[in-house]
Amino acid sequence: MIKSQKSVRSTCPYCGVGCQVDLQIKDEKIFRVDAPFGVAPNFGRLCTKGRFGVDYVHHPSRLKTPLIRKDLGTKPRQAIGIEGFREATWDEALDLAAEKFAEIVQAKGADAIGSFCSAKATNEDNYLFQKFVRGVIGTNNVDHCARLCHAASVAGLQIALGTSAMSNSIAEMKDLDVFIVAGSNTTETHPVISTFLREAVVKNGAKLIVVDPRQIEMTQFATRWLRQKPGTDVAVFQAMAQVIIQENLYDSDFIQKRVDGFDDYAASIQESTPEWAEQISGVPAAEIRESARLYANAEKAAIYWGMGISQSVHGTDNALSLANLALLSGNLGKTGTGLNPLRGQNNVQGCSDAGGLPNVFPGYQSVTDPESRAKFEGDWGVVLNPEAGLTTMEMVDAAEKGVIRGYYVMGENPMMSEPDLRHARHVMEELDFVLVQDIFMNETGEYADIILPASSFAEKEGTFTNSDRRVQLIREAVPAPGEARDDWEIISDLAKRVEEKLGRKTSAGFEFDSASSIWDEMARLTPDFQGITHERIEREDGVHWPCPTPDHPGTPYLFADTFPSGKGQLTPLNYRPSQELPDDEYPLLLSTGRVLYHWHGGTMTRRSKLDDIYPDPTVEIHPKDAKPLDIHAGDWIKVRSRRGEIKVKALVTKRSRPGMVFIPIHFAEAAANELTLDARDPQAKIPDYKVAAVVLEKVN
Amino acid sequence: MNKTFTLTIDGQSVDAPQDSTIQQVLESINKPAPLICAHEATTPEGLCRQCVVEVEGWRVLAPSCVTKINEGMVIHTASERVIRSRRTILEMLNASVDLSEAPELQAQMDEFGADRERFPHAKTREQDVKDDNPFFVRDYEKCLMCWRCVQACGDDIQYTYSISVGGRGFESKISTFFDSPMPETSCVFCGNCVAVCPTNALKSKTEFFMEQGLDYDEIRQEKRAEKKKMGGGK
Repeated sequence: MIKSQKSVRSTCPYCGVGCQVDLQIKDEKIFRVDAPFGVAPNFGRLCTKGRFGVDYVHHPSRLKTPLIRKDLGTKPRQAIGIEGFREATWDEALDLAAEKFAEIVQAKGADAIGSFCSAKATNEDNYLFQKFVRGVIGTNNVDHCARLCHAASVAGLQIALGTSAMSNSIAEMKDLDVFIVAGSNTTETHPVISTFLREAVVKNGAKLIVVDPRQIEMTQFATRWLRQKPGTDVAVFQAMAQVIIQENLYDSDFIQKRVDGFDDYAASIQESTPEWAEQISGVPAAEIRESARLYANAEKAAIYWGMGISQSVHGTDNALSLANLALLSGNLGKTGTGLNPLRGQNNVQGCSDAGGLPNVFPGYQSVTDPESRAKFEGDWGVVLNPEAGLTTMEMVDAAEKGVIRGYYVMGENPMMSEPDLRHARHVMEELDFVLVQDIFMNETGEYADIILPASSFAEKEGTFTNSDRRVQLIREAVPAPGEARDDWEIISDLAKRVEEKLGRKTSAGFEFDSASSIWDEMARLTPDFQGITHERIEREDGVHWPCPTPDHPGTPYLFADTFPSGKGQLTPLNYRPSQELPDDEYPLLLSTGRVLYHWHGGTMTRRSKLDDIYPDPTVEIHPKDAKPLDIHAGDWIKVRSRRGEIKVKALVTKRSRPGMVFIPIHFAEAAANELTLDARDPQAKIPDYKVAAVVLEKVN
Repeated sequence: MNKTFTLTIDGQSVDAPQDSTIQQVLESINKPAPLICAHEATTPEGLCRQCVVEVEGWRVLAPSCVTKINEGMVIHTASERVIRSRRTILEMLNASVDLSEAPELQAQMDEFGADRERFPHAKTREQDVKDDNPFFVRDYEKCLMCWRCVQACGDDIQYTYSISVGGRGFESKISTFFDSPMPETSCVFCGNCVAVCPTNALKSKTEFFMEQGLDYDEIRQEKRAEKKKMGGGK
């Protein structure tokens, strides 16, 4: 039996559930991960990634010293492995990075820098990152992977309610009567949340409506499973709304008091009958009717959704169609009821909260609002850029046009996560300067001029904010490898050097002695966080924002009395087909997504024992489609789209619909985004990862 | 609904909500009965009988984890009969099961003065360690059939139902359907079963390798061999 030398309470680094973990340490290594029973949000439960998948922390390929590209200045830059870099001291690497940024800013202006902060880093890291980019570089070009995941949910919820976070806490799931799970493969992407949802069904008799084109595990627990064709969600939810209005199932008191736009909305959906939706989506009209009745008649109903809703050219409309259902039926503002986009990354909520977005300061205070700007200018002692910055994909466009010349990428991997990777790589090749800060070499690091080694979640202090807005601590459990440093320390040192090179007379302020003191500065400037300190989180295990004062209890569920926008807004919508649908040349519809054992771009899980159980890239194909192509389970298959091709292993299964294939996104050697197209939602600017056309060919 | 019952526990008068179990009342007065099969995350089943107490007027000892209280119950938690019963349960378990990595049970054996050699010729549950997946091993020599892992896999935590009890009597054991290797079952390797196992019969593989003296990098080499075994590419 191994005796633990130290047990360190922390927060799981994988998904947005924010499970609390106890890292058991022997000889500076994590040898086991436990979870405290009785502590929210996971109450002792973990999934395979949290329990067995944090061994990546000790992987020998962790970055240990700053690295500088050997062929610095050669254009176009080529992707190179770690052998194309030489080791450098922190001073040399930081000086050079500062010089390059200053050069670009002086020659081309601040908006020639694009930056990516990280939904895997802490709130404190991200606060400081955007402070550096806004307050020192002078641009609002800062964004992160939320753009590629829940941007559409944010846009939709902003229109409908004036805010964008999950309405409910995870602990409220047990109180539900009815819930809709739409476009979320919950058992694989948010496994611990799925256990609470299944508990509601099995133990409390709650009714579950699953809306998903794939036969995901949650369908086994569903009362109704609406199997729509990919990309037809709006039609299904519009038809449900039509039933709710036509059959007078809506909550007229709630609508009168708290909702605007009912008459216009009701008029707009008269034609959106279940029969109309059946034509488009393939979901039987009777199923849509029954589901609408079930949801609208529930005492307490909630909607949970994932990437299937948001990662779409009509993602904002998808989210709005769900918000419309909740507003019509009054399923908002009571315990357990609400609209819940399940956040992907451990700190994607917090990264947005901390201002990691091009249009807002921390706490969603607009950069174009003179009052907010004046507050931050006063505190930081600098003049701030009044124009909103560019989103992730707009930065790629700007780089292509030569407007953006330099990138600063912290803990993100756009060369795996952006759609149409061939094009994304081409843009990278032409940049003047790329600075990458990460814990591992990855596909983006291969394009860097300088790589700075950062500490992982197990090696530093700070906070993550989970999907239900609960701010929780991470703690230093083991030493960082080599010379790796905390992100906030690196940013501070870099910021001070850039200020010097730019000849700034005053500093925006980067003298911090701890993550806790950075939090305090952010909280001082952000009304929603003002009642939260590291010390309080330590005492209470976690605090849900909004929490405006030290004696405020925090807010597990939102909208009890009002919406941030005052009244909720019903929005008329039009169903629009997806941009690229199968045709004779590319006859199959491609959808991309995740599997239980891997995580996003694979930087972590491919270096974990998780990779042992799921080592190869796969394609899920229906037997009806496999047969004419003579494809059998385990065969290697070439999948080609108009953008590129990859080689993957066949899984012949009825999980995906006939005519549709599914490819996980985690495998660099067969990146699904070689195939996807850069078609974006007009409001949220999120690319469509769920619908593209492909053709399959057996490899002999 | 919120009616209370009044009980006498070891001479002390106690009021408790009427739907309580004896164990809940014992916990409320900071005198919890020792537990083996029950865990805070799983539903009490009254399997192991280690939490028994003596209720005056009852013919048999009452398992406190599943016995509801009654008005006027008189309970003895440390009578000779109770202690003898707990001690014997430990002695019998220890005779057939390897409890060397069950610190809580070792502490109970000390507390109740169990004779670790009382049944020297008992049939043991000797068998090979099952090593069939990258995440944890199953050493059923150490399994005392508390059932917590089955509950954790089923309706108490995970709702995945990959393991259950197979066989009868002494031959009964925790198993998968058809005794299939874990990767061929519905198992999702959450390890919630490992977390509730009281005897280390279920153990994370990293720990298992470390016990054999391997360091972290050697474990990684082992895993790489394993990946090949699982049919993995490169």
